[in-house]
Amino acid sequence: MSARSLHLLYFAWLRERVGRSEETLDLPEGVATVAFLTEWLRGRGDGFAAAFAPGVPVRCAVNQEFAGPDTPIAAGDEVAFFPPVTGG
Amino acid sequence: MARVRVQTEAFDLGGEFAALTAGRTDIGGVGCFVGTVRDSADGRPITAMTLEHYPGMTERAMAAIAAQAESRWDLLGCTLMHRIGELHPGAPIVLVLAAAAHRQAALDATEFLIDWLKTRAPFWKKERFADGTEKWVAARTEDDQAAARWTG
Repeated sequence: MSARSLHLLYFAWLRERVGRSEETLDLPEGVATVAFLTEWLRGRGDGFAAAFAPGVPVRCAVNQEFAGPDTPIAAGDEVAFFPPVTGG
Repeated sequence: MARVRVQTEAFDLGGEFAALTAGRTDIGGVGCFVGTVRDSADGRPITAMTLEHYPGMTERAMAAIAAQAESRWDLLGCTLMHRIGELHPGAPIVLVLAAAAHRQAALDATEFLIDWLKTRAPFWKKERFADGTEKWVAARTEDDQAAARWTG
């Protein structure tokens, strides 16, 4: 992990759609919030475009706390994307 | 102090009750909820259920939910256990125990704990049907409504 890196995690059907459970990448230029990151991921290709399509219910956690579209993202953060939870 | 655990193996209900109440005479009642795998979904038979979770965040979320219950009721202890991996119909999935001096707090806290566990802890269920197809379980509006009763 470099100082600029972001650790991304994907769970459940989101993991299946993007074809990976985790990855580390350099924080993209201009990506300061969850909403910006979602938009950036959507531009990456088929699986990502489908997983992050508008209207698809995707939840997010930043550093293991539930996050919203406006939650800030910084280098070194752990950001997870997943469907609405269905435990219990 | 709450006892929180995520595990693949079955939990021992009697053992957990004993651990929660050991050496204590101030407890007046223990509320208990055990969730089990139902053998059908939307009228279709189910052969297995696989539970995935977010290691690390799950334990933190469960501890936060337990802390929330402890701040709302005078609990003398509580236990939250959730299984992961492949489970079959009839198998226990989740255990909630809440101990209090009086039954209303124990029962209310138990209901609160399972309502919030279902909507605020990062677990996901995938069902496998008798014909071999699989489907991720969708979140239910009823669960959100049940959890929302405790807000405000």
